Amino acid sequence: MFESSLRQQGDALRAKKISSVELTQLYLDRIAALNPRLNAFITLNQDMSLAQAHKADARLASGQGDLLTGIPIAQKDIFCAKGWLTTCGSKMLHNFVSPYDAHIISQFNNAGAVNLGKTNMDEFAMGSSNETSHYGTVKNPWDTSRVPGGSSGGSAATVAARLCAAATGTDTGGSIRQPAALCGISGLKPTYGLVSRYGMIAFASSLDQAGPMARSAEDLALLLNTMVGFDERDSTSLQREVEDYACNLNKPLSGLRIGLPKEFFADGLDNDVAQAVETAIAEYKNLGATIIDITLPNSRLSVPVYYVLAPAEASSNLSRFDGVRYGYRAPEYTDLADMYEKSRSQGFGEEVKRRIMIGTYVLSHGYYDAYYLQAQKIRRLIAQDFTEAYKHCDVIMGPTSPSTAFKLGEKGDDPVQMYLSDIYTIAVNLAGLPGMSIPCGFGENNMPVGLQIIGNYFDEARMLNVAHQYQLATDWHNRVPQGLQGNE
Amino acid sequence: MTWEIVIGLEVHAQLSTNTKIFSGASTEYGAEPNTQADAVSIALPGVLPVLNKGAVERAIKFGLATGSHIAERSVFARKNYFYPDLPKGYQISQFDLPVVGQGTLTIHVEPLSGNAKPYEKLVRITRAHLEEDAGKSLHGDFQDMTGIDLNRAGTPLLEIVSEPDMCSAAEAVAYAKALHTLVRWIGICDGNMQEGSFRCDVNVSVRKPGAELGTRREIKNLNSFKFMQQAIDYEVQWQIDTIENGGKIHQATILFNPDTGETRAMRSKEDAHDYRYFPDPDLLPLEISQQWINDVRATLPELPKAKQARYVNDLGLSAYDASLLTASREMADFFEAVLGVVPAQAKISANWIIGEVSAQLNRDGFDMAQCPITSQQLGGMLARITDGTISNSGAKEVFRTMWAEGGNADAIIETKGLKQVSDSGAIESLVDEIILAHADKVAEYRSGKDKLFGFFVGIAMKASKGKANPAQLNDILKKKLAG
Repeated sequence: MFESSLRQQGDALRAKKISSVELTQLYLDRIAALNPRLNAFITLNQDMSLAQAHKADARLASGQGDLLTGIPIAQKDIFCAKGWLTTCGSKMLHNFVSPYDAHIISQFNNAGAVNLGKTNMDEFAMGSSNETSHYGTVKNPWDTSRVPGGSSGGSAATVAARLCAAATGTDTGGSIRQPAALCGISGLKPTYGLVSRYGMIAFASSLDQAGPMARSAEDLALLLNTMVGFDERDSTSLQREVEDYACNLNKPLSGLRIGLPKEFFADGLDNDVAQAVETAIAEYKNLGATIIDITLPNSRLSVPVYYVLAPAEASSNLSRFDGVRYGYRAPEYTDLADMYEKSRSQGFGEEVKRRIMIGTYVLSHGYYDAYYLQAQKIRRLIAQDFTEAYKHCDVIMGPTSPSTAFKLGEKGDDPVQMYLSDIYTIAVNLAGLPGMSIPCGFGENNMPVGLQIIGNYFDEARMLNVAHQYQLATDWHNRVPQGLQGNE
Repeated sequence: MTWEIVIGLEVHAQLSTNTKIFSGASTEYGAEPNTQADAVSIALPGVLPVLNKGAVERAIKFGLATGSHIAERSVFARKNYFYPDLPKGYQISQFDLPVVGQGTLTIHVEPLSGNAKPYEKLVRITRAHLEEDAGKSLHGDFQDMTGIDLNRAGTPLLEIVSEPDMCSAAEAVAYAKALHTLVRWIGICDGNMQEGSFRCDVNVSVRKPGAELGTRREIKNLNSFKFMQQAIDYEVQWQIDTIENGGKIHQATILFNPDTGETRAMRSKEDAHDYRYFPDPDLLPLEISQQWINDVRATLPELPKAKQARYVNDLGLSAYDASLLTASREMADFFEAVLGVVPAQAKISANWIIGEVSAQLNRDGFDMAQCPITSQQLGGMLARITDGTISNSGAKEVFRTMWAEGGNADAIIETKGLKQVSDSGAIESLVDEIILAHADKVAEYRSGKDKLFGFFVGIAMKASKGKANPAQLNDILKKKLAG
């Protein structure tokens, strides 16, 4: 059952071959057995999960079951879920039980899905290794001495270890795609505005986007169908006609034009990753695609631009965590200023404080024009590069991350090295484009490699088709980490 | 040595929407603390702002009423600072691209010094922008702690910034009053200063004529016109004294203490905030189409200036009367409703409203909205004056009765027997009697002592118990005295 797809699980549930309570309990037992080695969850709440499973079973019994009804899904701890501890990976929210549901949580609840637990993540989604979580590092299921990537590392690890079939993530600079690549699963960051940000704790509002993480593109399509939709509570949510992201999955790829940006295959890319990606491209040629060389000349600026804009927004977004109304407050302080200082110094971790300081600096009087405004201009140039490229190709491909999963602690002292882990993913967020990562082989250490597929705006259905056809022809997405087969 | 005073105002007008500017929470005043603080007002993690169109419409109305440029595209920006009653750690405001641009407001200045005449002046409005209010910190009720009430957090405000065009406390107050009238007139703000719906910050500096602008100090949060005048007077004198004693003015934010009548520095420029403004990524730029502006324009009432012109040109009123009648929307509405009862009697209607009605309202401490006499009642009475049923003095009696006890003019005239005598026969016999009884005075009058005419009017009126039609009485007296 742990190896079955979402569609198979849904079919089994509706055919009464298994109940939601049984399926949920199976996963909870597997989590109890394996999670201590992975630390992929921050919060589990068996009672609440099973209560939802019971409700799902009642719905299934009445024949009202939907595609996801009764299926346990792990939720990144960045999403507010009513009655659930919602920490965002931070000590600052160590005691915050959300009184309301994020939009996507409501969407899953309405579909009858079961919240299996809240997954571990980098603190406030700031990190590429999951090492900044206040709740301990997540371990990569393929090698527990290595990082799972981040910030949605808990979600990636839990899907890779078959502790659930699907999870949610958020992606501000690569936080879905990079951990998906490092853990050997599939993950999709939709076009900015496609999924409501309501109830998703903000990191960098103009870049944040929620998306699904699962083993296959087919499962991603099913999840995306549930997550999207206009939400009047998010002013950046887009009002569009509903589409079925699964409808194009089986279209053949003949005639597909794949753009390969030369900048994504230059210095800094590990050989083993390059090889796996090139092999995948070769497979696409077999499937009938043509390869077109393109250039994204400004993409080299995406990391510096991102590390101006994202911290700027974050420094403001995180101001609400002041110890006044909820969350962590220092136990002792002398006056108001001291209360702020102590609560925030003690409640936030090092990486979050670093970014708040960078953001505060670039927005300061006298620096705003030189940093923030300049970065906004380059951001537009980066987006224009893509617009130009899509005149010549249908999708863009390349590596998701320059290396496979690195060792825990390996980049702990060097934030810039850590930031370069997202060198191929960040431009996509800056442009607001959809991007995904699918497994495409293994590197030298037998760690998974991710192939990044970048689509034009709202081209998720085509991207999922492109990914699905590859997954029909390959089995990388079905590989299971050794030693974690567990109790099945 | 003379000094020139330079004053500019920043006024925060609370917009009269039912819900907050970025959420559906109620804006009603006076609720129990934090009962109107929803997830957005509290700034829970993950919540997002959604702009209230009603607040934008009110800003557009203001722009139209002041002839201001209305921006096709304006931007909400975050103003970042920490304070316990600012739940997000930033205030959503507008910075370099406000919704309303340059405009003007005509003010009517009543100088404070005895002899100077009232005058009009055009004050330039720099801009007006939308923003959210903060909550309130409650000191006192909580031993050694501060309470936070977030009911007001997120209430929509229009911050209206003037050019430094005022050069006296009287002009500043006149501007604030004109603005206060206008925002209520166009229905975008209830103007309740006690409840903080209309708050003024006043920037004051002094300079020698022709010199460059002096350093300004900003008096914050004045919530009455009287305090504004006192605060400016005190501040101006303080600045002049400071400079004349060899001191320098430093830019500062100051508070006025109504109990002592003094101003006191709150914070200096040295600890001024760096607000780190940047465009709020949670909100799209605000785009206002010409169609939207046209739709709002259609809902705009006739504005004071247009009304004044119409009163002068079409109704024949003096400019002064027209400006008094348009001092508030309620006053103008009342006047026009009275005219509905007695069309073509603009002058007498105006006189009564500006005169008796206003005086009585003042005496009773009422504003126009609380006037106990309806336009129907007053119009009914004016009709009886103009058709000669009652004299002016009779009318005053009717008015007093109406004010105190209610009732319509006809009934009061009937009960009190105030109907004036217009029967010329009756008046003639009355005059005959007086001429007989005062033969000596008649002789004096006839020998050229014209001034005695008033004496005869007086006793004749008295004899008629005030009921004789004055015009008729005059005519008959004149004729009979002439002999």
